[in-house]
Amino acid sequence: MEIKIRDDFPLLQRTVHGVPLVYLDSAATSLKPEAVIEAEATFYREVGANVRRGAYELGAEATERYESARAKVASLLGARPDEAVFTRGTTEALNLAAWALGETVIGPGDEVLVTEMEHHANLLPWQELVRRKQARLSAVAVTAEGELDLEDFRRKLSPRTKVVALPHVSNVLGTINPVPEVATAAHEAGAVVVLDAAQSVPHMPVDVRELGADLVAFSGHKMLGPTGIGVLWGRREILKDLPPLLVGGEMVHEVWLDRATWDDPPARFEGGTPPIAQAVGLGAAVDYLQAIGMDEVRRHGQELTALVLDGLLFRPYVTVYGPADPGARGALVAFSLAGIHPHDVATLLDREGIAIRGGHHCAQPLHRKLGIPASCRVSFHVYNTIDEVRLFLEALDGVWKALG
Amino acid sequence: MSYEEIILDHWRHPRNKGRLPHPDAAAVEANPLCGDVVRIELGIKDQTIQDIRFEGEGCAISLASASVLTELVQGKPVAEAAGITDEALLSALGGVVRTRLSCALLPLRALHKALGQHRSPDDGGPPPGEPPSAGRCTSSG
Ligand SMILES: Cc1ncc(COP(=O)(O)O)c(C=O)c1O
Repeated sequence: MEIKIRDDFPLLQRTVHGVPLVYLDSAATSLKPEAVIEAEATFYREVGANVRRGAYELGAEATERYESARAKVASLLGARPDEAVFTRGTTEALNLAAWALGETVIGPGDEVLVTEMEHHANLLPWQELVRRKQARLSAVAVTAEGELDLEDFRRKLSPRTKVVALPHVSNVLGTINPVPEVATAAHEAGAVVVLDAAQSVPHMPVDVRELGADLVAFSGHKMLGPTGIGVLWGRREILKDLPPLLVGGEMVHEVWLDRATWDDPPARFEGGTPPIAQAVGLGAAVDYLQAIGMDEVRRHGQELTALVLDGLLFRPYVTVYGPADPGARGALVAFSLAGIHPHDVATLLDREGIAIRGGHHCAQPLHRKLGIPASCRVSFHVYNTIDEVRLFLEALDGVWKALG
Repeated sequence: MSYEEIILDHWRHPRNKGRLPHPDAAAVEANPLCGDVVRIELGIKDQTIQDIRFEGEGCAISLASASVLTELVQGKPVAEAAGITDEALLSALGGVVRTRLSCALLPLRALHKALGQHRSPDDGGPPPGEPPSAGRCTSSG
């Protein structure tokens, strides 16, 4: 299966520094299959018109393709199409969520509860919000094993907590958080649950109803889709009461010079011309993933994660962050080499054509907690192979020999 | 698999590492993106850099670059040291891959900052050792 899949990704044909590319940074952004590239290009070649306006054939076709992409995304999540709002990505989705909840459920003295393992995209919007509303922000601790401290969560959850925001899968620790458990407790306390699913939806079956979260954000570009498109899924009962972040064309019902009424979700949250071709491309990415099957995507990711985890834990010069059990993880592993800066590791591996991430992965508070300025990270998607994992581990020994 | 000889050599055997008892100028520069921090201290007499020390934490490239820079600067007139360009430092390092330029040039920023403070001590700039402003996340994670 791997060989056939690899043929679908044109970027895997190219070399880096004269050697074949080994791309191990899909958590940052994934490669795109030909089908996605083609879907986006075909839209521009054959349709090209704007959506939701123009009483002409091309306009109708554009709207049809755009809405069909929405239906595909919704079906991937086990949701209704009108619950899937297109955004520019996870960051915009979370900013929209924070802004809209700020206008409706958060007042002075209220609390937003995040975790110590947030990506900055699920932290800074809440920081800004509590500053604006004179509310408070607190963070659930992460245990030494790299898991959410659920006791600390229950301690910090109170009737003042109006929002609980957390990542489904940590983009550093890889930890899969127990969302249903967190959501149930949060709902009992009367809080809305916002989930950063940027590292889960691309890699495993996600049923938003089973998870129990109220708002779920993710990006197209991490799930084989284009950049510039993402999704905020929202439970219908929640979305219907939220105000828009972007106001202007296409999101309104009736407009007077001094006031306007808003359209229903999802249009209400999609002011202006949306990323139409990108949405169509995301639809093609969903088709591609579903043809493989999300269970198979997950199985493959876990196989590679287990292998790399084994290899890293076996090497005494390596420290691994996050759970030791690959079943408790998404398709990524962060680690460091004793006394060697992650950027040096990444630069030396780059010379072998191996692309890994070295840095704080937009999670500075978590790295501070781990007591390191940065870490290395490998991450996978459907096109990665067991051979690539082996190549990476051997090259890592080379780095250790050179710098250790 | 190795870094350029110069970088490895200076990383393993840093020159002019440490602190001066009474520096005439000092500055810290940091790159919060990767946690690199470099402190440069200068002993200046007759508009000449008599003494230079660095301390730092971070990647091999930033630390090797600091070490190489101290050798470039030692004994130079202040004006000449202030004129050291990015290109001059990079070539003294034997070249640096483009993805790591900010690491390599961090010590030079610290040197320029220290010299700036020495030349105009009351220009209202931050005192030596002031941490830099918080960094931005410039890439997707
Ligand atoms: C957990 C997590 N949240 C949010 C983001 C931000 O996604 P984007 O940059 O696509 O908005 C990322 C990836 O960068 C991520 O890994």
